[in-house]
Amino acid sequence: MVKKRVLVACGTSIATATVAAHAVADIAKAEGLEVEVAQCKAAEIHGKIQTFSPNVIVAMTPVPSDLGVPVFNGVPFLSGIGLDQLKSDLIEALKKE
Amino acid sequence: MNWTQPSLIETQLEAADSTQAITTLGALLFDQGYVRDTFIQAVLEREKVFATGLPTVDIQVAIPHADVEHVLHSAIAIGVLAQPALFGEMGNPDGTVQARIVFMLAVKESDSLVSLLQNLVGIFQDSSFLRQMLETQDREAIAALFNARLPSYQEA
Repeated sequence: MVKKRVLVACGTSIATATVAAHAVADIAKAEGLEVEVAQCKAAEIHGKIQTFSPNVIVAMTPVPSDLGVPVFNGVPFLSGIGLDQLKSDLIEALKKE
Repeated sequence: MNWTQPSLIETQLEAADSTQAITTLGALLFDQGYVRDTFIQAVLEREKVFATGLPTVDIQVAIPHADVEHVLHSAIAIGVLAQPALFGEMGNPDGTVQARIVFMLAVKESDSLVSLLQNLVGIFQDSSFLRQMLETQDREAIAALFNARLPSYQEA
């Protein structure tokens, strides 16, 4: 299976993105999926899409909806609300060709 | 070092909105020498663009913070609100959160903010712990409860 790329975007401090990035890596590992996870600030997202070509984006803060890449709200990684749903949606997206 | 102490905690905090809650808790941190005089404004500005309310299961919380350059010494100020205050919801521009407990994070290094957040996530997902914080009216007891859940840190 091809390694998928996940981009995690957050506000300014990168901290919430790092927490989410660890969570994404753990989920992928548990599913036996190979992923490469990168982080960026929301303001850098357009440039990062060009250079990193993510398959999915996990956003901790609102990002534009017309990015051409599926976007998941990553706040459940912090709040716990909707976490199971987010996990299964992410896994499904990562298993897609 | 412990993350919080009784002098950084307010119980029965009267705050009509997020701005009042942030200003009151920021003043605790500033008056006790933890943050620069730019901190409160930086948190308020950041909150407008990147809201920090978290819609947890039972007791909703908010984690206002600012960039490391506004911080002198790491600490967390905690406000247990008398009535919920409206915060924007993190990651959702249309959402709001009725925060009952506000954790204001002053963190000096971004690395320690990450490990702190990972530990805080465990607290946010533990409704009975948050309820215990809410119902405990004693600042000493809240500080002890909270610090026991977080590993202490070394200041560089």
